[in-house]
Amino acid sequence: MESLIRVRNLRFRYEDGTSALDGVNFDLYPGETVALLGPNGSGKTTFMLHLNGLLRGEGEVMVCGLPVDKANLEEIRRRVGLLFQDPDEQLFMPTVLEDVAFGPLCQGWNPADAQARALRALSQVGMEGAAGKAPYHLSAGEKRRVALAAVLATEPEVLLLDEPTTYLDPPGQSELLRLLEGLPQAKILVTHDTWFAEAIATRAAFFQRGRIVAEGSVAELRHRFGWAARLLPRACGRD
Amino acid sequence: MHHLVVDEWSRRPGWLQQRDPRAKLVVLLTYLVCVSTMRELTPPALVALTVPLAAGLVLGKLPVSGVAARAMLVLPFAGPVALAAWLGGRPAQGLSLLVRAFLSAAAVLVVAGATPMPLLLRGLEGLGAPSFLVLVVQFLHRYLFVLSEQAQHMRLAALSRGAGHGRARRRRALWRAAGGALAVLFARSHARAAAIHRAMLARGYRSAIPSLAHMKMGVPDWWLAAAGVILIAGLRTVLALGS
Repeated sequence: MESLIRVRNLRFRYEDGTSALDGVNFDLYPGETVALLGPNGSGKTTFMLHLNGLLRGEGEVMVCGLPVDKANLEEIRRRVGLLFQDPDEQLFMPTVLEDVAFGPLCQGWNPADAQARALRALSQVGMEGAAGKAPYHLSAGEKRRVALAAVLATEPEVLLLDEPTTYLDPPGQSELLRLLEGLPQAKILVTHDTWFAEAIATRAAFFQRGRIVAEGSVAELRHRFGWAARLLPRACGRD
Repeated sequence: MHHLVVDEWSRRPGWLQQRDPRAKLVVLLTYLVCVSTMRELTPPALVALTVPLAAGLVLGKLPVSGVAARAMLVLPFAGPVALAAWLGGRPAQGLSLLVRAFLSAAAVLVVAGATPMPLLLRGLEGLGAPSFLVLVVQFLHRYLFVLSEQAQHMRLAALSRGAGHGRARRRRALWRAAGGALAVLFARSHARAAAIHRAMLARGYRSAIPSLAHMKMGVPDWWLAAAGVILIAGLRTVLALGS
């Protein structure tokens, strides 16, 4: 099967010289949901920003068969939707409808079609009633759903989700889980929430110091790295 | 978090809010030219210049006190020049400068308060303003919200740790700390603005913020532009002939 995302020997240094990625190899196949686990500063988010062309390092990054370079950026950003950790950074237009329509309009859809796509995406996440509201009047869970609608409105083939459960209460997390499970796109999920990752991911990769040091199921990696395992059994009643 | 009041006004269901931004901008431009080129601000001239403003306030369902209070923000900037004229023995000229600054700011506020910013900018672009200038204003407007939000977050954080209460000495210490807070505010706003820009790029942003609204000059828009320009230019001519 041909991979949707193929990364080979990706290296990246920030301007201050900090090495963030140190030879990452990764593949994402259609229908997969991969959780990226690992400690803070291990390079997970930096890696994800490369998949949308927001950062560019050394090495090979192919998205849907296209190399991530300046010539393909527009097409790559159409095919890869990125949900940011903080929805307040993602929602910048005056109304929910305008915000969700932003992506389709940038892609060149006419206002009527962009609006239709935006309304469809809002209804997909159950937020059609909020179309006329200002994003800053929404609750954290609603903002998260609208941000997801804004990504879905561009009809991407791959979804990148950066800490999607941040700011969400447990019912909000369950709701997001149901929503994501119903989406057909391949997904990459950066998270510290191993319960959420286990519930949705088909496999996981563990980042450490800018490298993927292990791959397997979420449960395997959690067990292997002793990561969050000490707190989880008591907090969630799971083993 | 509180957001810009003017932005909220622009979403009110007023007649003026529904008009094409280009029509409003043409009338505004005529008004500004008229205010700045009027030789003397006599009482009849003042009354005449207030009429279009009052009409804008009514048609846009805008609060008089809110617009007036915000228009006064321009006075500290015009004040030093007016003061210099006053001290130079030309008090009437100084006063006239202040009045012109206030009327101009109020007129800009009426149009900005009756037009959502993305539409206003599209209107400017439609009238031939350079795209680069429009882009800069777009980002200034967006980041104004960011700055305001960050300032509010920091204020809440300071209040939650006891700032703003207590003796004068503590208040003085708070003022001194405010200098450092300003630097932090700038740094945080800069980081936030960069994150927003990244989110915009991720969704395909290239060089302009698109809008769902379709701009089309309808009959009422043509009426507004024509009536506004004729009324204001007519008043200006009559006052010039009378003086």
